[in-house]
Amino acid sequence: MSSTAAVHQDDHHHEPVRGWRRWVFSTNHKDIGTLYLLFSLAMFFVGGAMAMVIRAELFQPGLQVVEPDFFNQMTTMHALVMIFGAVMPAFVGLANWLIPMMVGAPDMALPRMNNWSFWILPFAFAMLLSTLLMDSGGPAGGWTLYPPLSLQGGNSFAFVIFAIHLMGFSSIMGAINIIVTIFNLRAPGMNLLRMPLFVWTWLITAFLLVMVMPVLAGAVTMLLTDRYFGTSFFNAAGGGDPVMFQHIFWFFGHPEVYIMILPAFGIVSEILPTFCRKPLFGYVSMVYATASIAFLSFIVWAHHMFTVGMPLGGELFFMYATMVIAVPTGVKVFNWVATMWKGSMTFETPMLFAIGFVILFTIGGFSGLMLAIVPADFQYHDTYFVVAHFHYVLVTGAVYSIMAAAYYWLPKWTGNMYSEKLGKLHFWLSTITVNILFFPQHFLGLAGMPRRIPDYSVEFAEFNLWSSIGGFAFGLTQLIFLYIVLKASFGKRTQELPDRVWEGAKGLEWTVPTPAPHHTFEQPPELRDEDLAHGDVAH
Amino acid sequence: MSHGKVIALLGGLAVGMFGFGFAMVPLYNVFCDVLGIRLEDGNGRVSDADAASMATPAEDRWVTVHMDSSVEQHLPWEFAPQAKFVKVRVGELAEALFDAENLADHPVVGRAVPSVAPAEASIYFAKTECFCFTMQELKAGETKEMPVKFMLDPALPDDIEVVTLSYRFYGMDNNTTAAVDGS
Repeated sequence: MSSTAAVHQDDHHHEPVRGWRRWVFSTNHKDIGTLYLLFSLAMFFVGGAMAMVIRAELFQPGLQVVEPDFFNQMTTMHALVMIFGAVMPAFVGLANWLIPMMVGAPDMALPRMNNWSFWILPFAFAMLLSTLLMDSGGPAGGWTLYPPLSLQGGNSFAFVIFAIHLMGFSSIMGAINIIVTIFNLRAPGMNLLRMPLFVWTWLITAFLLVMVMPVLAGAVTMLLTDRYFGTSFFNAAGGGDPVMFQHIFWFFGHPEVYIMILPAFGIVSEILPTFCRKPLFGYVSMVYATASIAFLSFIVWAHHMFTVGMPLGGELFFMYATMVIAVPTGVKVFNWVATMWKGSMTFETPMLFAIGFVILFTIGGFSGLMLAIVPADFQYHDTYFVVAHFHYVLVTGAVYSIMAAAYYWLPKWTGNMYSEKLGKLHFWLSTITVNILFFPQHFLGLAGMPRRIPDYSVEFAEFNLWSSIGGFAFGLTQLIFLYIVLKASFGKRTQELPDRVWEGAKGLEWTVPTPAPHHTFEQPPELRDEDLAHGDVAH
Repeated sequence: MSHGKVIALLGGLAVGMFGFGFAMVPLYNVFCDVLGIRLEDGNGRVSDADAASMATPAEDRWVTVHMDSSVEQHLPWEFAPQAKFVKVRVGELAEALFDAENLADHPVVGRAVPSVAPAEASIYFAKTECFCFTMQELKAGETKEMPVKFMLDPALPDDIEVVTLSYRFYGMDNNTTAAVDGS
């Protein structure tokens, strides 16, 4: 095969084909990255619309807007769409665009599988979302799908399971592709410890994906056979145990939350040095911290289920193991702060989102530590405190990092500089409203308001009112982001941008022309130290 | 390594982890046994001989046992304890009675699954006879008195003064009958 490839070396086209074929048949990492990112943006607004329904119902006590069962469908679908449709595909899209350019590779290692990984997703989500139109409605038992509740809905459940299987296939293939690319396609001289941190965090994330998505697939398969084929994995009447599902689910679920945050760590570690005009502080410790977090993520799952009944020794083990995660995470936060320390900082929009990430993600980290304390968790469990916690780490954590990445690399992708004025407006409105949205939920949770309910006691009315107002404002604010992205993508090019769009930016992706041509690094680049690892090759 | 090799290794890892998800079902039991951290132990059945060796009639310690009952949503049965609260002496065999009635016009087979709260008490809750050890069949409209004979192990921690014994009856269709006797 290699000899024939050598003969026909110039048979691939240098310009993309025109029309829909370009996107449907694409094997180009940049096109597929774009598809992933646009899909993620669409799902962000679909999931966001569901959040608006939730906040509208919770605007006041009592039932005003939707039926309780539909409310439950909204909370369940909001989570599934945002996790599997918005955050994860956004990171995979960024990986597709950036990893080949960052390691000096011409494309992803497995371009056809790459096409397949993406094109599974629209079908998976069409199937998932179609359940809302079915007689029995969408899944309403929470995104964690705990039996027996999740098995008591209608037959649309089978569609949900199959959609999750498809998403799993897509993620696993995407992850394998990323690992093979990083292992085999690095430019000569790009050894592992010269890779940008975004590549490192994605390498580790990809391993997490390969290891835990199959466990989720197994768990939902057991649900499926319990429901339709008479097995009793989780059915007490048949000798099974519903708590077993929680153990298997969270064995997937906890690594999953790091799948949604490790690439964010990588993004922030790329952006901060650029706008501080200083190398990243503690590059090697960042790599080790990421690997430690990934390892620890496999041994802390039961902290999601302290209240189901566990031996005291088990609770203590999971409590301490969970708290140990604060150590590598703290290493990262301190490294970011040290990177900023005495840097020549400027505050362009990507930098604002990155700093917003560092501060607000850390708040989410602290509330996570509070939840790790077993005796306190019995009070916090399944309350709005948990909701506030994971929205701080996922919205002001993962989503902020994705926004930061979009602003940072948008000029490289499109050749257009976004409007800094609008970008800053987007950042400040988002940051003010997201705190009005989620901060009061801490107080609601401490006061005992349970999550996943459409109605609540009147003493929670005030904070819910604030939260809903913040929610509507945050949702509207994201339309600014939509406008900025669409204008940069489809607007007329008004100025020529240099290869190195940002003055302090390091890394191979800034050595290719702007906008990045369809094919880059067809010949491996010559590595120069000043292009790499933010200028700090000695670490 | 070639692309193919890396793909094969990672694909193998993914397939292996799929299997591991299923392996967790028996593995959790193994872990609980190896680490000795099992909180519940099946249906709490002990032999008469074991119960006799546990018995210490001399001890004058009384514990309230709260009887709780429920039936699965679709099971057309009524099921309730004759007495909601029973005072028993630890180390002495006691009996409680439940009444079950089949409201349907056809015979129905049900299976009761017991559960003890607080969870720490469950290993001290020994049953020598229980309607939950076997499947129960009620003919159309039939009522039946269902006994459970039990003893609280004198080793029951001192701070436990009330123990709840809860039963939930599940209807048995053809699919699930085969699996139940394993517990």
